[in-house]
Amino acid sequence: MTDLLRLSGVHTHIGRYHILQGIDLAVPQGQTTMLLGRNGAGKTTTLRTIMGLWQASSGEISLSGDRIESRATPDIARLGVGYVPESMAVFSDLTVKENLVLAARDGPLDDTQLDWIFGFFPALRRFWLSRAGSLSGGQKQMLSIARAIIEPRKLLLIDEPTKGLAPAIVMALIECLKEIKRKGATILLVEQNFFAARELGDNVLVMDNGTIVHRGEMAALAADVPLQERLLGLSLETHQ
Amino acid sequence: MTDLAATDPLPKPKRDIAPILLPVALALVTIPLIGSPSTWLTLTAASLAMGMMIFIMASGLTLVFGLMDVLNFGHGAFIAVGAYVATLVLAPFAASMQADSLWMNLAVLAPAALLSMAVSGALGLVVERVLILPVYGQHLKQILMTTGGLIVAEQTLYALWGPQIIPMPLPASLRGSFILGDVAIAKYRVLAMLIGLAVFIAIQLVLNRTKLGLLIRAGVENREMVEALGYRIRRLFLGVFMTGSALAGLGGVMWALYREQVHASMSDDLTVLIFIVVIIGGLGSIGGCFIGAILVAMVANYGGFLVPKLALVSNILLMVAILMWRPRGLYAVTSR
Repeated sequence: MTDLLRLSGVHTHIGRYHILQGIDLAVPQGQTTMLLGRNGAGKTTTLRTIMGLWQASSGEISLSGDRIESRATPDIARLGVGYVPESMAVFSDLTVKENLVLAARDGPLDDTQLDWIFGFFPALRRFWLSRAGSLSGGQKQMLSIARAIIEPRKLLLIDEPTKGLAPAIVMALIECLKEIKRKGATILLVEQNFFAARELGDNVLVMDNGTIVHRGEMAALAADVPLQERLLGLSLETHQ
Repeated sequence: MTDLAATDPLPKPKRDIAPILLPVALALVTIPLIGSPSTWLTLTAASLAMGMMIFIMASGLTLVFGLMDVLNFGHGAFIAVGAYVATLVLAPFAASMQADSLWMNLAVLAPAALLSMAVSGALGLVVERVLILPVYGQHLKQILMTTGGLIVAEQTLYALWGPQIIPMPLPASLRGSFILGDVAIAKYRVLAMLIGLAVFIAIQLVLNRTKLGLLIRAGVENREMVEALGYRIRRLFLGVFMTGSALAGLGGVMWALYREQVHASMSDDLTVLIFIVVIIGGLGSIGGCFIGAILVAMVANYGGFLVPKLALVSNILLMVAILMWRPRGLYAVTSR
């Protein structure tokens, strides 16, 4: 399995804070890699650094073998990277339709893709002409994900999609992400919900204090309660 | 996932019409206070004309504020430069301006306005590249740089044209009024209303019916996410800044004709009004800016007639009242 994304010795400073302290990671093509860790470990900073939203102070980031750490965010997006931020960042003043029209950078909306998305997120069809700002938190998350997958992407960077959502919505999101996975997408997924992580992850990276402290298969971590407790301060049992 | 059936009919978007009703309510409330219907109609027409001119000047600034998060205290320079450029074009054609033919007048005025817009827009390009670009994200430095730029621009105009006020008479066909019974509405005010309305409609069409407009509206709200979708927003910034500068230039020409004079510091008083309009409209909101401009002009005209002693503070009071009602302006677009 080839690596689609690779980070080597990446450091990121935000102001005087040294957040990422030498990140080395690889995201294999066609797989879902979970990025886990406590609050403040540097997970969101890792995604933002890959996306170019924060500049890496040093280190190398390569996508399909091409170096991208010095590229501007729009150029990285144009290489086929979709980003779903933790804040969802839907455009509240725009309608659901307008949000998706904007995300479909390379042309008009593809009806087949749209129908596929509506299959998972019927609320988006229902609120098609409503302002995104009037959607509920779960619906905004659906829109945020829909925006990232409205066109084929090489790599999806998704930051805590289940955060603050009702259990029923979380289950639906998991099903949606599984389907995206089945279509062959490569995903780097930050998640605090261990149940979701276990359901979705092929591989897992655990971060602490700006470094990767564990890497391996998700199934192995899910089966190893003492390791979960040591790395994350919790166990899967407490999250079921 | 949701209790809503996918086959249900799509809902229509909800409109927030309360701000739209404000100027209507204000106009209606003043009818009994003013007493004379003809005076009221004259003041209302004056308000709409003044409001449209302020809107033209403020519309660019609100987009610059909203999209670029740039505090441009030098916006007034584009207004003054636009007006001065028009004097350059109109001076050699004074005879055509005084000919009693609307078409002949417009044949001179239109190129003058277009050239003013072009020069102001080009000046906007220089200002954005030289003054704004190095200080993106640094508000205090933006204020210092743009205020400095305004001072330099004003002093340059003084150096080139001198300190005297330059007369800029209305063309012959736009002098006088349309008389409707007891009501007299100045011809130029009607033209100002039409141009302001045309600019508003054009901006609304671009913002709401084109992908470029979607990008601007999205960028006003969340620049970072627009970039994460693959759009190079810096180019958009520059385009919006130049368009805003060009509109300020057009507004400068219209205001100079309205006051029939040009001077280097003509934008000083206007800048205060423009900032009030941008703030009460909601940063980045063209609709809010439009309503805000009409409200400011109404308060200035009705207030000046009813309570002249309050004229100087009436717009500040209006701003306070609106911000107490809606702290982020009539239509909050950005989270700032």
